[in-house]
Amino acid sequence: MVFDNETKFGTVSKVFHWLSAIVILGLFAVGFWMVDLNYYSEWYRTAPYWHKSIGILLLGFTLARLLWKFITPSPKTLTTHTKLTQLATKLGHLALYSILLVILISGYLISTADGRAIEVFTWFEVMSLGELIANQEDVAGSIHKYAAYSLMAIVLIHILAALKHHFIDKDDTLRRMIK
Amino acid sequence: MKKTLLASALALSSLAMPVMAADYVIDTKGAHASINFKVKHLGYSWLTGRFNTFSGEFNYDEKQPEASKISVNIDTTSVDSNHAERDKHLRDSDFLDVKKFSTATFNSTKVTDLGNGKLAITGILSLQGIEKEITIDAKKIGEGKDPWGGYRAGFAGTTSIQMKDFGYKMDFGQIDFDLHIEGIKK
Repeated sequence: MVFDNETKFGTVSKVFHWLSAIVILGLFAVGFWMVDLNYYSEWYRTAPYWHKSIGILLLGFTLARLLWKFITPSPKTLTTHTKLTQLATKLGHLALYSILLVILISGYLISTADGRAIEVFTWFEVMSLGELIANQEDVAGSIHKYAAYSLMAIVLIHILAALKHHFIDKDDTLRRMIK
Repeated sequence: MKKTLLASALALSSLAMPVMAADYVIDTKGAHASINFKVKHLGYSWLTGRFNTFSGEFNYDEKQPEASKISVNIDTTSVDSNHAERDKHLRDSDFLDVKKFSTATFNSTKVTDLGNGKLAITGILSLQGIEKEITIDAKKIGEGKDPWGGYRAGFAGTTSIQMKDFGYKMDFGQIDFDLHIEGIKK
């Protein structure tokens, strides 16, 4: 089942969701760790290179994901959810998507602030748009950092909410993203 | 009588014009001044950079160079090594920590005339809130009228600091400075 139906997510949506989850957590962990690397660490150059390469790939992946979300039907909200839960869910998902985009775009803006392109592994380069604002690398850097912390906080709520629906409410919320 | 008059006139004139030291503003507006630095990269080459924003004034008299004074304020956020990612790192707490210390200053305390337009300018460099005495080996390049009705004097200088003296978390050894200033007489 490739597409979502009224009650379950399809294969494409599940791959988008779970692969994004792994990559986002991985990028956060690597990002958190790499900024404190010693200059003489063997990872000093490799870790940022991978972080940037995978980040750009995730940006493309996320745009494709959003396109998929908008052009194909999504499962209906569970009727057992209260109106408040439904609203909170909508806002939570909106926050996850928008903060993710803010992180991806601000990350791009750090590395391209001086006109340099971002090399994605050795496969291709994403060109710079030049310096769009003054002190771009610092402004984008702060946004990138705090948006990443915010995303992790909302991800935690997202996970706790899913577990709550599964183990306490015993509804299909988590099950339909797995099965 | 004539003799004493002459003598007192001479004495008076020497009193009236003891030092013709002039005050100059460093021409950062026209960017005829630069603060450049270089640090060894891995011991294999020099990494160079500069501070784009600074201001300063000096006082100089060719006849009495030892009475000269100079003070310079450097905007540490303007560090520029021609690489955004590195500049961002240079501004954070591993290096310049510009959120806490956005200004570095140099104020001369003593100028020694070494002859031939050469000067040893000793002063206090304040960087990351740490004050340290340094000496700049300076040389006058030239002075005179400019074509636009002003008067200018210019110098070049070099000095160096040790990164460990200024509490940097990352220590790449010595930083060499290559300084150029041109002042416009006030």
